[in-house]
Amino acid sequence: MAGVTAVELSCAELSVRDMNAALRELPDGSAVRITQPRGRHNLAVGLTRRLDITIVGNAGYFVAGLCDGPNVDVEGFVGWSVGENLMSGTVRVRGNASECAGASARGGLIVIDGDASSRAGISLKGGTIAIAGDAGHMSGFMAQAGTILIGGDAADSLGDSLYEAVIYVGGKVRSLGADARAEELGAEDVTRVRELAGAAGFSHVSAGDVTKIVSARHLYHFDALKDQKY
Amino acid sequence: MCGIAGLRLKNPDLYPRLGQLVVPMLDVLASRGPDSTGVAVYRHDAPPGEQKYSLCAPAPGYDWAGYVSRLEAAAGVVPVAFRPRGRDGVIVTSIGPERGPELLAGIDPSVRLFGYGAAIEVYKDVGPAAEVCARYGVAGMAGYQAIGHTRMATESAVTTEHSHPFAVSPDLALVHNGSFSNYASVRRRLAAGGVRFDTDNDSEVAARYIAREMAAGADLTDALRGVMKVLDGFFTLLVAAEESLAIVRDSFACKPMVVAETADYVAVASEYVALADLPGVDKAEVFEPMPEEIYTWQA
Repeated sequence: MAGVTAVELSCAELSVRDMNAALRELPDGSAVRITQPRGRHNLAVGLTRRLDITIVGNAGYFVAGLCDGPNVDVEGFVGWSVGENLMSGTVRVRGNASECAGASARGGLIVIDGDASSRAGISLKGGTIAIAGDAGHMSGFMAQAGTILIGGDAADSLGDSLYEAVIYVGGKVRSLGADARAEELGAEDVTRVRELAGAAGFSHVSAGDVTKIVSARHLYHFDALKDQKY
Repeated sequence: MCGIAGLRLKNPDLYPRLGQLVVPMLDVLASRGPDSTGVAVYRHDAPPGEQKYSLCAPAPGYDWAGYVSRLEAAAGVVPVAFRPRGRDGVIVTSIGPERGPELLAGIDPSVRLFGYGAAIEVYKDVGPAAEVCARYGVAGMAGYQAIGHTRMATESAVTTEHSHPFAVSPDLALVHNGSFSNYASVRRRLAAGGVRFDTDNDSEVAARYIAREMAAGADLTDALRGVMKVLDGFFTLLVAAEESLAIVRDSFACKPMVVAETADYVAVASEYVALADLPGVDKAEVFEPMPEEIYTWQA
């Protein structure tokens, strides 16, 4: 944002609808500070230009959802589904995130400096999520493509029904979900984790010392006669 | 949906502002539940050894003076103080919790008892938060703890009795976001054991279950552990007792909850937006509680 004077927009003065309309008007390269977010939902959604947006405080649900371009930096906590269906750009959360962080994100990078709650990266479709702290239960559920890096511990049922997304965990995994399995790290994994930890600024993650979780692919082909249970 | 909120003050300087802080929290959550609103306020303002009984009038203009004199005669206890709140009110008396509810029901069964104990007062009614809170003057209430609820009814009628909180044993109050699926069976089992119910509401079953467990010697944490074993469904529960506040979420944790804690208070709400007006909340540690973990705060 060097050399660019930030535009300041306050949630005390604008409705969420007016806020997002104002953001859509801004030209590429603009810097914006959104003040007094006060837990509002749907801030900075559906933006397609290269903006640098700072949300000064705690925000609500769906922050930066559906975005395709901007960098969004939240100086606080976010509610459910930050960066849902993100296409490109970055989202950084300086505090903790509630459930479903990065749900269905197709691209871009979501960095959470604190902990993420349940179902982080649910149905991930190609985006990248980096969580400095712990991730809640059912994280990576049905994730199809993309990468999740958890710097801390993962709660129960990590990677349940995983497809081709890959999860790296720096801490402990309480339990794996159905059809998830640990796989040995390859050289390309170490490189990938090192790059991602570097991009996220996670100095506490040691790239060679993470657990890699992938799909066991047993659920890929549903066998109706298996065990005759159906 | 439904909205739930709670505030437990650690800093006594904030006690006079309890109502003033809680009403905006509930007002914001009215969007999650506009059908009815209720709040349990905790404060130690009764003379030592006395109990407060929060009573709801069967109709506006109820003859409370007559009720009080009949109660004094029946109980052999004088005086019984009455503090009016809107059409309802709180009776302050030395009649103990072991015989109070029975005695009060005998005076006039159409007067409903919404909560009782040394510290608790319960106000609840049909209508959105701003309206109901104004009706009872909640904003002007001092205290050290409050929990509240804004209801979007899903499984039983919208009436004053069906509103939360459910406060069915001394100083214990429960609010619930979600729905229990097996509550009818649990209610049948409790009823077979002699537990009586005021409504057909699912959340009342959880309140009665916790009350029964605690009467049998369990502490609040044990009782909530029992809730997770016995009751099936979706729930984020917020439960207050005289000296503690607790939350628990079911194993799916799909009913939201946000906690913000500072040196001055612990505040919880369905959505952060309800906490945004609290003093110093921007410096608070804010997080979402984990599923199947019991969080408690006490003095």
